[in-house]
Parts: sequence; structure tokens; C-alpha cells
Amino acid sequence: MENNNYMLSVRNLKKYFNTPGGKLHAVDDVTFDIPKGTTLGVVGESGCGKSTLGRTILHLHPKTSGQIIFDGRDISDVSKAELHELRKEMQIIFQDPFSSIDPRMSVKQLIAEPLKIYKLCKSKEEIEQKVKETMETVGLASRLADSYAHELDGGRRQRIGIGRAIILNPSFIVCDEPVSALDVSIQAQVLNLMMDLQEQRNLTYIFITHNLSVVKHISNDIMVMYLGTAVEKADSKELFKHQYHPYTKALISAIPRVDIDNKSERILIRGEITSPIEPPNACRFAPRCEYATERCHNEFPQLEEVEPGHFVACHRVRELNNL
Amino acid sequence: MGENTLLSVEDLVVKYFLRTSTCEAVNGISFTIDKGERVGLVGETGAGKTTTALSILDLVPNPPGRIVSGKIILNGEDVLAKSEAEVRKIRGNDVAMIFQDPMTSLNPVMTVGDQITEVVRLHNDVGRFEAMDKARDMLELVGIPGERYGEYPHQFSGGMKQRVLIAMALACNPKLLIADEPTSALDVTIQAQVLDLINGLREKLGMSLLLITHDLGVVAETCDRVMIMYAGSIVESGTIRAVYKNIKHPYTKGLFGSIPRLDIETERLDPIKGMMPDPSNLPEGCAFCERCPNAIEECKTKRPQLEDIGDGHMVACFNPLKEGA
Ligand SMILES: Nc1ncnc2c1ncn2[C@@H]1O[C@H](COP(=O)(O)OP(=O)(O)OP(=O)(O)O)[C@@H](O)[C@H]1O
Ligand SMILES: Nc1ncnc2c1ncn2[C@@H]1O[C@H](COP(=O)(O)OP(=O)(O)OP(=O)(O)O)[C@@H](O)[C@H]1O
Ligand SMILES: [Mg+2]
Ligand SMILES: [Mg+2]
Repeated sequence: MENNNYMLSVRNLKKYFNTPGGKLHAVDDVTFDIPKGTTLGVVGESGCGKSTLGRTILHLHPKTSGQIIFDGRDISDVSKAELHELRKEMQIIFQDPFSSIDPRMSVKQLIAEPLKIYKLCKSKEEIEQKVKETMETVGLASRLADSYAHELDGGRRQRIGIGRAIILNPSFIVCDEPVSALDVSIQAQVLNLMMDLQEQRNLTYIFITHNLSVVKHISNDIMVMYLGTAVEKADSKELFKHQYHPYTKALISAIPRVDIDNKSERILIRGEITSPIEPPNACRFAPRCEYATERCHNEFPQLEEVEPGHFVACHRVRELNNL
Repeated sequence: MGENTLLSVEDLVVKYFLRTSTCEAVNGISFTIDKGERVGLVGETGAGKTTTALSILDLVPNPPGRIVSGKIILNGEDVLAKSEAEVRKIRGNDVAMIFQDPMTSLNPVMTVGDQITEVVRLHNDVGRFEAMDKARDMLELVGIPGERYGEYPHQFSGGMKQRVLIAMALACNPKLLIADEPTSALDVTIQAQVLDLINGLREKLGMSLLLITHDLGVVAETCDRVMIMYAGSIVESGTIRAVYKNIKHPYTKGLFGSIPRLDIETERLDPIKGMMPDPSNLPEGCAFCERCPNAIEECKTKRPQLEDIGDGHMVACFNPLKEGA
């Protein structure tokens, strides 16, 4: 029996794409759980498989193998009809608020669309009422109901995306870089909104971003990915205090700081970039890791719990961090 | 204009003439960029940053947009007085631009590698095979394995597409690189790598940089100078140290307050309240007045002008912040 406190459990999930050069391992054996009402932040190098992970969980891509358990129910191999029903519960917000919505639809129509697809309302009036409520919830003024998305700024467009995602009252949302295209003040407004919604509706989020200060702010746990694999996972505050994987260390050290008198030393990542196409069964970071040994080049490191709740996939983690 | 000046923008005014209104996107801004200098342009959505950048290359979409007045002097030459053909040459050879929207600027039916090769051949006197090698090198320089040369844009992640565009812009060896949010889809390690690459070219070729971004941290690490833009005007500018260590404009302070901090725990972020005024309906006085905690009577009726408060630190505000505020 799966633990009932988890909204989502992912076991050994793999997603490979076929390319001319061979199989591209976009997500390679990833395992994690997300407790209900919490946020898992997913960070990592551009191209490491974050979006693919989110999309595969939502069945927007067929998975290669692995298990997805949603609210205690194994949904790894659901039928089309079941999937249609599940979509009400699992939604996604995309990075680019512009290209992910139809330019010919008005704000009102865009927000009402999911209701129509799922035929959830009995009357026009009911739809209008729901749209009105949702616009209010996400902070879109009612005078904008008949505007088109291109007439709005990025912050308001992203509110449309959030409105579309929450109108069906889902319990789980994958947020794929929802604030990356926004400037800091509007980003802060949207983040506050998302956190309020989470509290009101006990929502569970996967929050994908490359912005580390944002991820720290919004997440309960953070998972760091490198080239398709999870290399470290811990409580958000803990991860910013102690990083044990060499890649995570480099990542945290590279955050640009506004405090010009207290620059931290950036750990540069050097060396050859591993291709995700048919990678060797070894640590994916090894070719760029200054601590790599024979073993790292020959054996795949599993995620292990090195401290309570702190997981790391590195052969040398204990010895290098005196654990 | 100094001998060392590469670009000088003088009193630039750009408007978009729409059916029912006129959007005053850029309202009389002036600035210079020296050879080898790196300047950051920061501001909220809709402040007019992209419009400013497009003006430098005379690329403001017309209609509905038009450069109403002002001068753009690049390398001693008046860009706006030139013929279309001459400007096109400047665009290709002297100035390269990384556009804000990378997803739409790549050709979906051509391999990523071939697209870079084409640019390399356009700007360098090399044969096809040499250009292909150079294209592979450029891919590696932005952190993408060269063996992915033959893939199509849809096979790349968002950040990888953005890096391809950066590689293409840098392949031109420009004198001035205008980069509009070039790293907004990149994680910090790749971002650092890309910014190092840009910096390297500055040292090697004396390239200048106009970097448009929302990220004050990136500006701090990459630029010599910063300009803060609000509702079509520059409201504060100066060296990084002058501005970051002695913020004068209440808007600039608000921008810094909106960033989630890594060093302290904050329950809620404290963004600037309200919205930027609609550029088609700018108030008579200071455009920031309505959101400004420091506003005084004067701000409602008069528009503040940029004034030098020493060391080239410029502020447009009737009631600026006090020292150490
Ligand atoms: N449809 C596809 N066909 C082939 N390869 C793909 C496809 N989609 C993604 N990939 C590859 O899978 C890998 C992971 O891509 P993904 O988009 O998940 O990365 P990401 O972590 O979201 O990156 P970013 O931060 O840049 O958005 C990349 O190497 C990418 O090129
Ligand atoms: N093609 C266009 N037609 C009409 N109005 C436009 C056009 N392009 C820009 N504008 C308007 O001009 C103003 C300045 O826009 P601009 O794109 O320069 O801002 P920006 O500072 O680059 O914003 P962002 O951070 O969102 O990229 C905005 O009010 C915008 O709506
Ligand atoms: Mg992505
Ligand atoms: Mg812009």
C-alpha cells in the first residue's frame, strides 16, 4: 500500500527520445514522493530534463518505463478515457504565457475553455459565474474579460494561465517556469498569488525553475537534476545551507548576487559536456567533476539518504563531506 | 561625444500609433556606450527596453511604431539618416542582437548546426567545412555537445534554443552586442558560462554590450554601468557601485525589494504596489508618482529630469532617497 499522505509518487521513471544519434535519455531513473499540499522545486542545468519530467508525469509524453502513483492510485498505464478524467486533477502552467495560449480567444473565453472541454457546467450563467470568480481569484480585473492576450503584459498573461489551470479545481499542478519571463516585481506578485492559492486549496505543486531564489522561496523540498538524473534532494532550507553533490555546490555558487561587496567564489564547471544520447552507465557528472575517480566513470550512483531527509547520488559523498 | 564613444543615443522618442490611442513607449532618453563598455538596461515589463534596443538598429516595427525624434550615432555615423541597405550592413557587421523571444527566431525546418553555419559564412570569409567546424565549436562554447549539430529546434529545450541564438550572435564578431534578456531561460551555471563567453569577447575584440535584463544580480556581475528605465524614461543611471551602494530613486529601491533573498527568510515578497501607468495615458507629472512612497506635491504636476548628483550618477526625482536609505 502506498502512503496516503503523498499526492504523487514517482518510481524509476524513464523517458527516452529517439534521435538520429540514438536514444536520448531525457529522464533517467528518477524516483521521488511529494506530500500533499507541498511544493517540490525542480532545478538543474538547462536541458537536464525538467520539462520532460513534468510532461511525462502528466502523460503529455508517453513514458519509456517506470511508475507514477497519483493520490494512492497507480496511473502509470491509464486508458485515454481515464486520462481525460485525470486531467481535471492534474494541470500544468507553462513558461511562456504568450505562446501557450490561443491569440484569437478573449480572456473570458480562455479561462472558460477547460470548463467547456469537461462540460462541467450546466448553463451559460454558471460558466460566466465561474469565470468571474476565477478572474477575481487570480487578480484579473473584470474589465479585461473581453481583451485579447496580446493586449496584455506578461504578468497578466501568466494570470490567465494560472486561471485556466485552477478553474477545474485540480489538486496538483506542474508549474514549468511560470515566472521566468516576468520581471521581479510582477514575478513577486504572481508568486504570492500561487502561494495563497496553495494555502486556500491545499494544492500540490511541482515547481520547475532555474531561478534559485524563487525556488527557495516557494518550495518545501528541492530536487536537483543533472542530465536526466536526480543528484540531490533535500528540504529547501537545508539544501541552501548544505550542498553535498559537487554539481549542486557549483550551482549554488553561481547565483549572481546583488551585494557587490560580498561576492562568493564561483565554482566553475569545466570539462567535456556529457551527451544525453546513449550515455554510459556511470555518474553523468563525472567528466566535469574534479573529484571523479575510476568508480565514478564506471558505476551509476544511486540516490542515498546521507542525513535524515537529505538524499545524494555521489559515490564519494561521505568521504568528501565528512559525513 | 568622446573619442571612445561607440554608441550615442540622443533624446530618443518612440511612439506606437494604435487605432484608438498612442503609446508613448520611449520618451526622450539619452545615453552613450563606450568601446568595450558593458551597460545594463533594467526595468519593469513595458518600460520600453526592447523598443529602445530596436531603435538602435532602426528595427522598430513600422507601422504601428515610429521613431518620432532623436538621434542614434553609431561609430560616428547617423544610423537614422542612412538608407535601408546601409543600415542592413551595420546590423550584420557592427551590431548583433539577441532577440527577447528565442522560441520564434529559429527556423524550425533547418538543423540547428546549419543555421549557425550559415551565419558564420555570412560574416567570415571561410569555406563550408571550416564554417561547420566553427559552428560546432560555438555550440560547445555555449554548453551544447557538438554532436547535436544535426538536430532540429523542437528537439532542444527552451534554454538550449536560447543558447543557439547566443552562439549565432557571437559568431558575427560584432562591435556592439545588444542582448535582450539573453539568459532568462538559463540556469545559473550555464548563464555564468554564457556571460563569461560574452566577457571574453569583450576582452578579445573590444566588444561593447547593451544587456537588457530583469535580473539585478546579473547586471552586478556583468556590467560596468546600469540604467534603470521606467515608463519610457531613464530614472536612474550610473556605475554599478554608485547605483547599488547608493540607491537614489524610489523605483530602483522597489526593484531591489522585489527580489526573493537567499540570505534571509521572507514569508511574503514585497513587490512595488500597483502597476506602471498605461503608456498611452501617461500622467502629467512623474510617471512613478502614484506608486511612490516618497512623492511630494511637485511630483504630481512636473516631470523630473535626469540630473547628475556627482560621479556620473544620474537621478530623475524631486525627492530622492537620503544617503544610506
Ligand atoms: N521532443 C523531443 N525530441 C527529442 N529530444 C527532446 C525532445 N524534447 C526534449 N528533448 C531533449 O531532452 C532533453 C531534456 O529536455 P527538457 O526540455 O526536458 O530540458 P529542461 O530541463 O526543461 O531544459 P530548460 O531549462 O532549457 O527548459 C534535452 O536534451 C532535449 O534536447
Ligand atoms: N508592436 C507594438 N505595437 C504596439 N505597442 C507596442 C508594440 N511593441 C511594444 N509596444 C508597447 O510599447 C511599450 C514598451 O514596450 P517594450 O516591448 O519596449 O517594453 P519592454 O521594456 O521591453 O518590456 P518587457 O520587459 O516586457 O520585454 C509597451 O507599452 C508595449 O505595449
Ligand atoms: Mg524546460
Ligand atoms: Mg522587452
